[in-house]
Amino acid sequence: MSQLAIELPGLMLKNPIMPASGCFGFGQEYSKFYDLSQLGAIIIKAATEQARFGNPTPRVAETTAGMLNAIGLQNPGVEKIITEELPRLANYNVPVIANVAGSTIEEYEAVTEALSKSNDIAAIELNISCPNVKQGGVQFGTDPALAAEVTRRVKAMSNVPVYVKLSPNVTNIVMIAKAVEDAGADGLTMINTLTGMQINLNTRRPVLANTIGGLSGPAIKPLAIRMIYQVRQEVSIPIIGMGGISTAEDVLEFLLAGASAVAIGTANFLNPFVCPEVITALPHVLEKYGFASVADAIGKGHEDAKLHLSRT
Amino acid sequence: MIKRVLATITSSREIALDTIEMNLAIPEFASFSPIAPGQFVHIQIGSGVAHQLRRPISIADVDYEKQQITIIFKVIGTGTEELRKYRVQDQLDLLVPCGNGYPIEKIDSKKALLIGGGIGVPPLYYLAKKLVDKGVEVTSILGFQTKDHVFYEQAFQALGDCHVVTNDGSYGYQGFVTNVIETVQPTFDTFFSCGPTSMLKAVTNSLVDREGYISLEERMGCGVGACYACVIPSPNEKGFKKICQDGPVFLASEVSL
Repeated sequence: MSQLAIELPGLMLKNPIMPASGCFGFGQEYSKFYDLSQLGAIIIKAATEQARFGNPTPRVAETTAGMLNAIGLQNPGVEKIITEELPRLANYNVPVIANVAGSTIEEYEAVTEALSKSNDIAAIELNISCPNVKQGGVQFGTDPALAAEVTRRVKAMSNVPVYVKLSPNVTNIVMIAKAVEDAGADGLTMINTLTGMQINLNTRRPVLANTIGGLSGPAIKPLAIRMIYQVRQEVSIPIIGMGGISTAEDVLEFLLAGASAVAIGTANFLNPFVCPEVITALPHVLEKYGFASVADAIGKGHEDAKLHLSRT
Repeated sequence: MIKRVLATITSSREIALDTIEMNLAIPEFASFSPIAPGQFVHIQIGSGVAHQLRRPISIADVDYEKQQITIIFKVIGTGTEELRKYRVQDQLDLLVPCGNGYPIEKIDSKKALLIGGGIGVPPLYYLAKKLVDKGVEVTSILGFQTKDHVFYEQAFQALGDCHVVTNDGSYGYQGFVTNVIETVQPTFDTFFSCGPTSMLKAVTNSLVDREGYISLEERMGCGVGACYACVIPSPNEKGFKKICQDGPVFLASEVSL
């Protein structure tokens, strides 16, 4: 196994770097900047059963070292994604993770069922944590019983491994993580955005048309690290970490906290080449801090922890 | 194709209140030519840590000999405040050229009406030059908040008739660009407009049965079509267009303002 390769349920990753859902569309725009086969995997934009237009604009606002977004799950619907987007991605040597969203458990099931007929996806990211839609999404991610229920039902429908994307907008994320692990999740992705808001001083009105949005970017990285560290101590399934990553040093910090791979989101907007640049830089950073491989670094931030460390 | 380059600032000056004009020398310039009027650059502010989002700024002019572009921006927030502090010889990280411009090669126009509002005026300058090069007669109506905000009046006058209007009447006509259209009654076959959405709405409403192109502005994320931040409803089959990727220039009938 090479220095950067890592194997997770359903995913043979040549490196642990993948663009995060919603920050990379369906890959076509960034394929003009570099060969997508360089990536460890791609998490595509959320799919719902029917096409969604999403929220009114403005949908984004910059904050200090971060940004707010309230796109509202705009997507062409799962069937169009399967027939138009997935075949284009099949031209690249890269596993595709489909992000499944919905307003009801039945919608999550329907999207999963449709995707299960496609041979073009390697895993599902179950989006129970989108803060930007009025119904569904985040409510499934903030109630352990609901989170477990939707995980169980989607697992039953899916013929690929299911990674559940956790919301940070909870009091106790470990409780949710345990609930979805017990419900059969193959892995976790964390964290989704934090709900936030910005008010324009001149207009005295929220900048986002949706009033609130999801905060992402370097501003949330310490929160993501803390949550992954806590969840790693209590849960055995692998974690794909995300939240403000923009450098190979950030990646190592997530590995130390207990992530087995990472997703890069907001940083793609600033630097379209951030993913390949981080992949190139990662071997040097691993060596600099004394690790032979990605696998060697996973969970190593826990060695002095007093609490028991679960296997990774 | 969009590229990421480090451009060097060759000049920077305040041409009106809080309005900065910068010339940027672009490396590998030949690979970007020709740049269409209406296209924009997506500019990183500082190291990008504090400012996570680039700023989309229209291209106001292109100097093919000097391999430079001109941008004009208004200081309206922390990002543009930071941008104004850049000095000659400083470098700016750009994505260039972004979006689709005015399709002047395809347009069969003899008389064009250009309608610009505030910081929507700059892309119309490069457009006016290109139209005049093609032998098109150009009339411009430029709207600004006050006298202190007016810029490029002489530059537009050198290319054709130019009417300036200020909201408070401190310079030129008083009111809005639509008032001037009514007063002057310019003859034209095609209109081209860029400015705030409220102005574009008024313009397209008053010229509803005329052929025209509008350039939209919106808060953007990626600037390349991936993040779906800057969409506009459209009567097309998808129901929307992406401003950064499909636009920012659209046929007026293509989008629902």
